Amino acid sequence: MKILVCVSKTPETTSKISFTDGGSEFDTNGVNFIMNPYDEWYALVRALELKEKAGGSVTILNVGPAANDAVIRKGLAIGADNAVRINAEPQSALFTAKEIANYAKSEGFDLVMFGKETIDYNGSEVGAMVAELLDMPYISFANHLEIDGNKATISRDIEGGTEVAEVETPFALSASKGLAEQRIPNMRGIMMAKRKPLTVVEPSGAEDLAVTVHFELPEEKSGVTLIEPENMEELVRLLHEEAKVI
Amino acid sequence: MHTPVQEKTAAAPQQAHKSVKTDQYQGHDYYLVDDLLEDDHKMARDAVRDWVKSEVSPIIEDYSDRGECPTHLFKGLAEIGAYGPSLPEKYGCGGMDEIAYGIIMQELERGDSGIRSMASVQGSLVMYPIYKFGSEEQRMKYLPKLASGEFIGCFGLTEPDHGSNPGGMVTNIKDDGDHVILNGAKMWITNSPVADIAVVWAKDETGRIRGVIVERDMEGFTTPKINGKLSLRASITGELVFEDVRVPKKNILPNIDGLKGPLMCLSKARYGIAWGAVGAALDCYDSALRYSLQREQFGKPIGGFQLTQKKLAEMITEITKAQLLSWRLGTLANKGNATSAQISMAKRNNVHMALEIAREARQIHGGMGITNEYPIMRHMMNLETVLTYEGTHDIHLLITGMDVTGLNAFK
Repeated sequence: MKILVCVSKTPETTSKISFTDGGSEFDTNGVNFIMNPYDEWYALVRALELKEKAGGSVTILNVGPAANDAVIRKGLAIGADNAVRINAEPQSALFTAKEIANYAKSEGFDLVMFGKETIDYNGSEVGAMVAELLDMPYISFANHLEIDGNKATISRDIEGGTEVAEVETPFALSASKGLAEQRIPNMRGIMMAKRKPLTVVEPSGAEDLAVTVHFELPEEKSGVTLIEPENMEELVRLLHEEAKVI
Repeated sequence: MHTPVQEKTAAAPQQAHKSVKTDQYQGHDYYLVDDLLEDDHKMARDAVRDWVKSEVSPIIEDYSDRGECPTHLFKGLAEIGAYGPSLPEKYGCGGMDEIAYGIIMQELERGDSGIRSMASVQGSLVMYPIYKFGSEEQRMKYLPKLASGEFIGCFGLTEPDHGSNPGGMVTNIKDDGDHVILNGAKMWITNSPVADIAVVWAKDETGRIRGVIVERDMEGFTTPKINGKLSLRASITGELVFEDVRVPKKNILPNIDGLKGPLMCLSKARYGIAWGAVGAALDCYDSALRYSLQREQFGKPIGGFQLTQKKLAEMITEITKAQLLSWRLGTLANKGNATSAQISMAKRNNVHMALEIAREARQIHGGMGITNEYPIMRHMMNLETVLTYEGTHDIHLLITGMDVTGLNAFK
């Protein structure tokens, strides 16, 4: 089985978020970047499990600049066989999807995997767009995946329950929590990653149809006031006079 | 006799009390030392930090309280590659550089000095001498099993009556055809009660110090546990007792004789401790900084008061100096140019720095600082051992003194 796992680079969750140029650019100063956890912990690890069980290969792909190589190497350290970086600064989901699809269309992947969303922009768009562009079935929010021959059985999260779907390869899916468990790279893996191929591909020149104009931070949340359980009168007074909700 | 196999293969204990507190540790890098590191150093650091947060932090206070070694972590340390990471891949090791090794030790000791000890004894004091002084046959026989955690090793140099003066050892080997007969006793041996093999230093009939690999099942070899430690309580420590142990001559390390052998091993371990101590200091500082911003007195966070800021400012200053010392020592070690005296300086400085920071951090935590809700007292108690083992604080001072004056003040 030939598997492609598309991975994004995202800020670590503890990063301080700020913007420059009047709110049009994300300020990356002092920000520590990681591989998007949905891509790494669930999509990539499940892909590796499938390979370990049935053979094949796992390729990871990122659309981004050379600065992303450190994040890509982590995927190789965890166990991916090789990596591709499409050398472009991703602007919109459609641009990214077109670049991925353009690369993947001639590679004959049996399975194309994504995280269900990135933890920065939370768009959940790229996977579905790539599936459409490659004319593949797409299963989103998968929390369980078994493959037998060319037939896959997938459980996916739906509101209040689980839906089970069957699909034949080739197909695409997005991974949610539960599909696999995080793997920590070991030292041998980290050293082997330095020797695994990371191919840089120039972008095909997909058109960007959307441009980010402006970012705004949400209003700061006010502090929490703790009230002793026996002091119900004070709680009622605060809800009435300060929070003005009763 | 102790049965190490049972302990080593025990599953993660179900009864262990897991802390419900999330380990909120974040690294601190005031002088952007990260810019001096390679990507694989940072990846190794993040990997070990993730491992410590998921495997060590939830259980360490419980094991430390009970004075029990979390033996199930021996295998986990092997899986992340913490045993002999800078030895060649050919023997199942990491093939990394000395800075990576230091960073791994730092992250482990950020969790607990005892956990770091488990790894640094295996890597620096058991695998390193077998690699450096052993035959190819010995390397192939032992190193892959030590790297994978199938074997646990220990190192026997210190004796009940010979600590800072190891050259005075009385443990000895006598020729007996294809074998040597080993007699004597070693003391304060990390990992000994669970060890499968011991690298033991003993005098031959000519008085030369030789390294001998002793295996668990050899007749006359026992490893009684030392109880009652109030420090490194999550690390298991014991003795090595040899009563007419017949050791095959093929178990003697062929490529070394003299005190230089064990001292080279200690330099390796001290190098790791110099890095490791920074980890313990960082954990104390991180906890103290967070606590100082949350704990309010007189209507504001205690971090807003000058005396707390003095403590925090001095702590991060000393940590930054120690980080730079470690990094520079690492670059020298990578070129093979780090002298044992330079390693002594870093070990002595960084461990003492960490102990002082633990004490200051304890004060910032107030009464909470003496409880096991916070890691401070555990680090502080651990560091009392680290200050003494692998060359005491005073002995390292004399090494520096001798190095700069050329005069020996040991005797």
